Amino acid sequence: MNIASLAPLAVVLPILGAALTFVLIRHSRAQRVVSITLLSLTLLLECVLLASVWNGGTAAVNIGGWLPPWGIVMVVDQFSSLMLVVSSSVSLAVLVYATGQGMADGDQDAPLSVFHPTYLILVAGVSNAFLSGDLFNLYVGFEILLTASYVLMTLGGTGPRIRAGVTYVVVSVVSSVLFLIAIAMIYGATGTINMADLAIKLAELDPGTRTLLHVMLLVAFGIKAAVFPLSFWLPDSYPTAPAPVTAVFAGLLTKVGVYAIVRTETLLFPGDTLNTPLMIAALLTMVVGILGALAQSDIKRLLSFTLVSHIGYMVFGLAMSSVAGLGAAVFYVAHHITIQTSLFLVTGLIERRGGSSSMDRVAGLAKLSPVLGLLFFVPAMNLAGIPPFSGFLGKLGLMQAGVQLGTPLAYALIIGGVLTSLLTLLAVARVWNRAFWRKPSDAEHPDPVLLAAPGDADTGTRHGRKNVILLPRTMVGSTMALVLLGVGLTVFAGPIFKVADQSAEDMLDRTSYIQAVLGDNAPVPAIALPDSEAPGPEAPGSGARESLEPVLSGGSK
Amino acid sequence: MSVNLTLLTVMGALYACGIYLILERSLTRVLLGLMLLANATNLLILATGGYAGLAPVFSKDTAPAEYNDPLPQALILTSIVISFAVTAFMLGIIYRTWVLARQDEIQDDVEDLRVAETPSYDAEDDAEIPVETSEFPLTMLGSDGRAVSNRPPGDETGSREPHPNDTVQAGSAVLTVEDAAAEEKPGSTNVDPGPEGGGK
Repeated sequence: MNIASLAPLAVVLPILGAALTFVLIRHSRAQRVVSITLLSLTLLLECVLLASVWNGGTAAVNIGGWLPPWGIVMVVDQFSSLMLVVSSSVSLAVLVYATGQGMADGDQDAPLSVFHPTYLILVAGVSNAFLSGDLFNLYVGFEILLTASYVLMTLGGTGPRIRAGVTYVVVSVVSSVLFLIAIAMIYGATGTINMADLAIKLAELDPGTRTLLHVMLLVAFGIKAAVFPLSFWLPDSYPTAPAPVTAVFAGLLTKVGVYAIVRTETLLFPGDTLNTPLMIAALLTMVVGILGALAQSDIKRLLSFTLVSHIGYMVFGLAMSSVAGLGAAVFYVAHHITIQTSLFLVTGLIERRGGSSSMDRVAGLAKLSPVLGLLFFVPAMNLAGIPPFSGFLGKLGLMQAGVQLGTPLAYALIIGGVLTSLLTLLAVARVWNRAFWRKPSDAEHPDPVLLAAPGDADTGTRHGRKNVILLPRTMVGSTMALVLLGVGLTVFAGPIFKVADQSAEDMLDRTSYIQAVLGDNAPVPAIALPDSEAPGPEAPGSGARESLEPVLSGGSK
Repeated sequence: MSVNLTLLTVMGALYACGIYLILERSLTRVLLGLMLLANATNLLILATGGYAGLAPVFSKDTAPAEYNDPLPQALILTSIVISFAVTAFMLGIIYRTWVLARQDEIQDDVEDLRVAETPSYDAEDDAEIPVETSEFPLTMLGSDGRAVSNRPPGDETGSREPHPNDTVQAGSAVLTVEDAAAEEKPGSTNVDPGPEGGGK
């Protein structure tokens, strides 16, 4: 039996866990055990999957034995399995953090009984989206994770969360409707929704129709990934959710959007038709996002803006559609999931220790809790791209690819990237100066616990409860694990970069993916790479079509 | 067979109304708009299935081209279920908004408004530094030692009148505050100008 045929378990295990935890809704201890065990199992499985494709290759699983292009297919390749491993490690750490918070607070702020099943469904949705080899199944994966995220976002139903939740839900539903419309159009034009099959059939369409479908998919995914003109919902909605929820949203949800954009750009619509607009969008995402971050005084909001801003780097990488650029983008996605999540987790700790997540109100934490300082400092420098860290390596990869490309726009993006990096440093340095280095007495309305002598206040009043442990070991431990994972990405950057480059090569080549799904004899249409002069797939579509004569393509010609 | 024009017209009307409604501020209307959009999309998917045909149940006598395409209908079923869940959730949220705020409108983001109203001048970052930060503060000369502080003028929290018996550690000696201040004043033996102009 092929190891890759275990891939559906990455979706099934979390859903099973969700069912079990829902049954155990009154037994919070059993819930914790079940959800952590099942998520660890999922992570283990995904590590095995990653190991099986570590040296390249793609494996496809036909669900229920239905052959593609008719049945649903799940595809494991280097990119998807790398994303799975990173996302599951991050979600496991966040789960441990959340249970720690729940144990310390007595479940007041986040009703944990609903949290566990919903969270596991979210993880299942993310896995499904990463593994899906079928456009509609990708949509279903998105919907699973979005519906779970609506619940998590409005957990507890307090005023601010409901207010933020409404924006989030409406924007997400609109983007999903757009995605569904795009799927319908694509089905109308080609008669298939299997991604490998689409890779072949879309190339036969006439360029106008193809560009229309391409743009529709990009807009739908762009909203989910928070690419610049479509990113305004994110900083409004993320910061109000509970800290672990914000952390996992920041790490995973936008990256699923980025993943979908990468697949669209490489598998479905290869070539460079929309590279220029994408690059401009990337530049604006980086610069506008980080300028927004500088205006914020709330740390969570600041981080949400840096999140938007750094999506720009990934879009930059994939818009170059070169192996170097795409490889660096893949590495950057893995890096950014880890770092952004750990920063949000640390912010949750800052909020507990200092009583607020506003920079104006928190001060003197470096003295009160040096560990917290370290936990913030390492990922913050990593995010800003200070040399030894993985953020620097990822950005360096992107810049090198940009120089290789050598167009004026690429140079503009390199300058924008460096500028964004510096401004990120400025933004996190402001947090550092205010929250960690300032004297507590300089803060506006400091929490009483800030003014207590260092080492003297392990407990405080939070959410109306007295004697809450401010920094429980589970929370600090899981945050530390995630920070260490970020450092691990730096230490093992060599092999990971190699895998990322290889996966980029495979994705741009497409042969491995298409043949894994459709069999070894499937034809792979030629691709127009930016450096090659080959005419590529622009050849006019042949009139002969399958017996299902599509309505839409007939109308649009 | 021809394209079902009624279906397409209804679809267009649903899209138009849906888009109009989601631009409203009232949440209930937004919800109605989303429902219309979802249903319009279902019609669109149905339209992509091609012309109406026989039910896709296999029989030997039917030519393949006569069957209807079953896939779009499967997709529609899935999307109906999803939009059902989302609608139910939205209704819950809208009810909750009503309970909390007694209004059915999208509220502005408080933090957004606050950031928008923040003046570009930030007291902490942009203010002139009110105290001398050099190693030999000029304010010390001729003062009684009270103005020596990192605090900006006007911020009196924590400061108090020096008590004559307060002491200051100066090297190995312990001096009272007044003596220590006197030593920094011009004329004190401690402040004879050195060759470089500073005090000892």
